[in-house]
Amino acid sequence: MIELVDVCKSFDNNIALSHINLEIKEGETLAIIGGSGSGKSTLLRLLIGLIRPTSGQILVRGRDVAGLSEEEWDRLRLRMGMVFQYSALFDSMSVGDNVAFGLREHTDKSEAEIGRIVKEKLALVGLPDAAGMMPNELSGGMKKRVGLARAIACEPSVIFYDEPSSGLDPIMTARIDELIVNTQKKLGVTSVVVTHDMASACRIADRIAMIYEGELIAVDKVDRFKNIKDERVQAFFRTLSTAEKEGAV
Amino acid sequence: MAMKLLEAVGAFVIKRCAELGTVVLLYASIARQLRGRLRWRSIISQMSHLGVDSLAIVSLTLLFTGVVITLQTAAKFIEFGAQSTIGGVVAMAIGRELGPVLVGVVCAGRVGAAITAEIATMKVTEQIDALRVMAVSPEGYLILPRMIACMVVVPILTVFGDIIGVAGGWATAVYYSGISSYTFMNGIHTFVEVFDLTGGMVKAVFFGNVIAVLGCYYGLTCPEGAEGVGKATTRTVVTSIIVIFMLNAVLTFILF
Repeated sequence: MIELVDVCKSFDNNIALSHINLEIKEGETLAIIGGSGSGKSTLLRLLIGLIRPTSGQILVRGRDVAGLSEEEWDRLRLRMGMVFQYSALFDSMSVGDNVAFGLREHTDKSEAEIGRIVKEKLALVGLPDAAGMMPNELSGGMKKRVGLARAIACEPSVIFYDEPSSGLDPIMTARIDELIVNTQKKLGVTSVVVTHDMASACRIADRIAMIYEGELIAVDKVDRFKNIKDERVQAFFRTLSTAEKEGAV
Repeated sequence: MAMKLLEAVGAFVIKRCAELGTVVLLYASIARQLRGRLRWRSIISQMSHLGVDSLAIVSLTLLFTGVVITLQTAAKFIEFGAQSTIGGVVAMAIGRELGPVLVGVVCAGRVGAAITAEIATMKVTEQIDALRVMAVSPEGYLILPRMIACMVVVPILTVFGDIIGVAGGWATAVYYSGISSYTFMNGIHTFVEVFDLTGGMVKAVFFGNVIAVLGCYYGLTCPEGAEGVGKATTRTVVTSIIVIFMLNAVLTFILF
């Protein structure tokens, strides 16, 4: 569905991503893991057109979108949704208005119909009564869930998640992971999740891709990914084992 | 030493030219948004938010300006037996220059700073990215309504400020300098033309545009972090005031 062909991205003289080749298949959940500053968020921003690659191609259903104008990207983004690391809810609007925002901007649905959809999406993320609340009244986990409700309101075919579990406690992280899996199952969307949390990646993803210092060093199905001998991959799995041991204690 | 100075001057000029280029591109981007639908609800809300809230400070500024001009001029004009011209001089000075410029400066501090702080905070908290991801242009959604609102509200505030300023001048002339109300008002009738007021309003339209667009520009290009928001706000106020004064000189040449 989305394919990156030899994509490079530099900021001034700093290379953020180097020769990335990656295919994202329709209907799958792909987790992109890597340490802080490895370039995974840059990759996500490239995929959604917030930044443009220095070189290489980004193919969406076979069409190179790297050089599209902002207006053409806007048309493409109508089929995409994104959950931001810090939710990025519009703080001057209520939760209901945040979720309704895309529907009001891009559809000619009546207010009654929009209200029904908002209620349905908020119920889907477990916040049926939050429509009247303001973002500053919500906890971190609730904000993430509202962010997801907003992302799925226009029924996109691809959802991008930027660090969905960052800043959350383990219980809330598990709930968000469950929500990502359920959303994928119910809506059949393609999901790309950027995370540094290996446990979370293993719970939600069909495949995992690992970025290390701007290079894509491994991509495989979750069960096979664990057997990759690369020391940099294994170092990430060791953090998982430590976390599991701590959980057991 | 001379080389270093030259380098510093060169770097400063290049930076300013790059900024100017970005502002021109921003204007082009805003112009493209004019083809789309205008968000009237947002424009009216901005007019209320940015305009009505500035009414008190504009009134105070122009009231005292009117008082001070009359205090400064009345004694000398009376000495030369030209008291009949005081009303005209005060009204013309306020209508042509002091009204639009002072309202522009006050709005640069009050409105421009508020616009930058709001948009910079939205940028830092990824709300601008969220707009773009939701296929909504920040230029159309955030900048255009603010620009139109400022271009409408600043001239209205200017007219309001002109009236308050002249009223302050009238009160000072009548109750302090001992000039009759008829003499003051007759001076206005004799010397002031409608264009003295409308010319000032034309200036105010341009000032409103500058305040909104620079406010948005510095908000959108603000560096990350709370410090960045503070710096962007300061830059908006300083640059807007400089541009208002420069533009005022150019517009005065053209209009009067």
